[in-house]
Amino acid sequence: MAETIARGELRSVGGSGRRFPVHLLRTYGMVLALILVWGVFAVVTNGVFIEPRNLSNLIRQTAVTGVLAVGMVMVIVAGQIDLSVGSLVGISGMVAVLVQGSLHWGLVASLLAGIFTGVLIGALQGALVAYGQIPSFIVTLGGLLAWRGATKGVSSGNTYPVEIQAFKSVGQSYLSPSAAIVLAAACVAMVAWQAVRSNRARRRGGLTAWGTGAMAVRILGPALLVVMSVVVLSRYAGVPNPVVILLGIALAGAFLMQNTTFGRYLYAIGGNSEAARLSGINIRSHVLTAFAILGALSGVAGIIYAARVGSAGPDAGTLLELDAIAACVIGGASLMGGRGTVFGACLGALFMSSLDNGMSLKNVPDFIQDIVKGGVLVTAVGLDVLGRRARASFDS
Amino acid sequence: MPAQPIAGRPLLKMCDIGKSFPGVRALEGVTFDLHPGEIHALVGENGAGKSTLIKILSGVYPYPDYEGEVSIDGEAQRFRNVHDSERAGISVVFQELSLVPEMTVAENLFLGREPQRLGVVRWDALYAQARALLEDFQVEIDAKMPVARLGVGQQQLVEIVKALSHTARILVLDEPTAALTDAEAENLFSVLDRLRGRGIGVIYISHRLEEVFRISDRITVLRDGLTVGTKATSEVDPKRIIAMMVGREMNQLFPLTGRTIGEVVFEVRHITAEDTEVTGKLVVQDVSLEVRRGEVLGIAGLMGSGRTELLMSLFGSHPGRVTGEILISGKAVRITRPADAIANGIAFVTEDRKRYGLFFDQTVLHNMTMSALRRISGGFITDESDEFAASAPLFESLHIKADSLLAAVGALSGGNQQKVVLARCLLTQPLILFLDEPTRGIDVGAKQEIYAEIDRLAQSGLAVVMISSELPEVLGLSDRVLVLHKGRVTGEFTRENASSEGVMACATGHATRGDTRDVQEGGLTRG
Repeated sequence: MAETIARGELRSVGGSGRRFPVHLLRTYGMVLALILVWGVFAVVTNGVFIEPRNLSNLIRQTAVTGVLAVGMVMVIVAGQIDLSVGSLVGISGMVAVLVQGSLHWGLVASLLAGIFTGVLIGALQGALVAYGQIPSFIVTLGGLLAWRGATKGVSSGNTYPVEIQAFKSVGQSYLSPSAAIVLAAACVAMVAWQAVRSNRARRRGGLTAWGTGAMAVRILGPALLVVMSVVVLSRYAGVPNPVVILLGIALAGAFLMQNTTFGRYLYAIGGNSEAARLSGINIRSHVLTAFAILGALSGVAGIIYAARVGSAGPDAGTLLELDAIAACVIGGASLMGGRGTVFGACLGALFMSSLDNGMSLKNVPDFIQDIVKGGVLVTAVGLDVLGRRARASFDS
Repeated sequence: MPAQPIAGRPLLKMCDIGKSFPGVRALEGVTFDLHPGEIHALVGENGAGKSTLIKILSGVYPYPDYEGEVSIDGEAQRFRNVHDSERAGISVVFQELSLVPEMTVAENLFLGREPQRLGVVRWDALYAQARALLEDFQVEIDAKMPVARLGVGQQQLVEIVKALSHTARILVLDEPTAALTDAEAENLFSVLDRLRGRGIGVIYISHRLEEVFRISDRITVLRDGLTVGTKATSEVDPKRIIAMMVGREMNQLFPLTGRTIGEVVFEVRHITAEDTEVTGKLVVQDVSLEVRRGEVLGIAGLMGSGRTELLMSLFGSHPGRVTGEILISGKAVRITRPADAIANGIAFVTEDRKRYGLFFDQTVLHNMTMSALRRISGGFITDESDEFAASAPLFESLHIKADSLLAAVGALSGGNQQKVVLARCLLTQPLILFLDEPTRGIDVGAKQEIYAEIDRLAQSGLAVVMISSELPEVLGLSDRVLVLHKGRVTGEFTRENASSEGVMACATGHATRGDTRDVQEGGLTRG
């Protein structure tokens, strides 16, 4: 007993100096990495990379990965993993397109069919993990193969075109300029509301509330970013629809993770599942729900993918699980669970698609792209482990 | 078991051992010796310094981080790591076994030093040598049996044989019977008995005095880091040893305020709980108890007495099978998981706050509100402002020392972390509060604050059930004390007639006590 106290003291003295840089690295590391990558690509492509046309392209590519990353971060925060999302994108896109052709379903029905396919599979896998106690790594590794097989089965290996024109516009069209202004205004309003809300919380909690200046920075900073993005995108063709969908899903996901009992319980479960159970949290139902939500978002991603390409093929979505997981980890999520944010995951998604986009612009051979992305994933997890270790020597 | 005459040069001599940790003097002038063929018991309350002494002997706390001298066969030793100590013939068997469950007994015995030729394991030789070894110590275990299929007692024997096969001359056993059934313990004793003839010295650490008196030749008592004394077992009785163990003065840490004790809010009838790993073994046997409003019920008992398992069973968090009845405010309730218990007004401050209590990545605020999040936020959508409002009064009244509610909980001291866990429990607005070792590993100042808080909570009408290994704590805070030994209630004391000696006698299985006035000495009842 005496030993524990004493050692605690000893370490806290020795460790306090080391904690700070690690903390800083985690918060700003991804932003720095993103700026660095953009800078490098801007230079090596003689500015083509940062032209509005390419940025519009880039951000549209980000949508699919981003939607997946929003769901993936929930599963990772809960201490689980889902390797099957790429195959889920394949099968749900395939289902959404097939029901248009052979069953003559309408727009809404086909959209719902795609999403429902994702929810169903996600919930099934979630149930096997939560109630069947099979490790999620195995359940979804099996799923990765099985749902890809199912996709090939229902399509007989063929590619089917999207029949409904409106369906295509989900992935291909742009928001009208006036709608874009409304959207930008709505985003700014939400940021402002969120800032005011947490400032009120600070005041009620007896903390120093932010002054007018600090509040202005907290609201105007993000607002400026939104307006700039809309302006840049408008200089090409406007805000792409998939980006609007991603924005909506990301905001809803962030709210779910930060401002609901569901999100807070996921952090608790991933952070310390035994403590969560003793706090009266139903671990199983929450884990299942997280997988079901990721399933639904895989359905959405599948639809965006099919709509953007204009068809559903047997190989659609292959390897997207890698992008989604990498996005979460780059964005600060820990595979040990308990840590990660929707915002970070979205930045991570932007980073991954920037790599894709930039390397494609420079005509980097496919195989090198794969090697780079694989390396990035392992490096990101490696940095997380290093960070954990530095923290561990401080904490306990 | 005849106590052998102690003569000749000791095998091991630890002279004037001292050890400090920042702010704590763990050992001071401790002297201990061990003769060949002797079983020397080391006893003392939790925190008395037994494990520190063993860690110095085994090289975990290396030379020169301690004072004094360790010598073997008269030769001074300077162990700089565990390896040095093993080479000198010292082998420690800890409570947690270090066998590989999937491997066979023989593979475990020779792990890392398998007989081999050109890098290929010679399986025949391995099994032959293992069988010879087991036979040598008269341990009847099949060398080809996977360790996972052995009982805990047999695993313990394998561990001991493994330790001794490293040509160990000094064997240290730390609470070896804590996880054993009576029959398994008997088996262990007979093996230990045979070690005498081989000239092996055994240091036997145990809380169970009956065992100590059965098996040992001499007993050394440690208390607060000092040697209280070393006695030949045949010259003392358990009563004397208990007095030596608890002999410290009761300090004035404990508030003595009037509590108004009200009606029974919590009643438990015939609770029995099965061990998680060993089917059929009962960790709690037929325990009945009741707690009243405004009352603090202390549960005393040694490690492995089933005290934690009892509270876990009542909270719905014991993984094994549990039977019995629970009544809250006179109404029978069904509790199968912690959520049920919390919904019924029970809150549990668990023993190991690092493992079972805290969410280290999160803020003090989020740690405090986790259990009562739905109530505080009034539904699915949480509002940090409501959380602040609910937590701030407790943050103040518990004097939690942190920069703010938004500080990371990992940056707090042990005492303050404990207060955060307590705050989380209180935010569920419980009727009944369970506390398992509420002051373990925290400094005296914070202890005092927690004692005052427990007293205040009882005064406000909460029914409190508290487990503690520290006798002064149990006696100082409780209105009533229940003593557990091997999963059964062996004693019940009111505040007035509770004494350290009486409680310790019941806790070590050396007496039972109902509502009678006197402690019955020696009359030992066992299940």
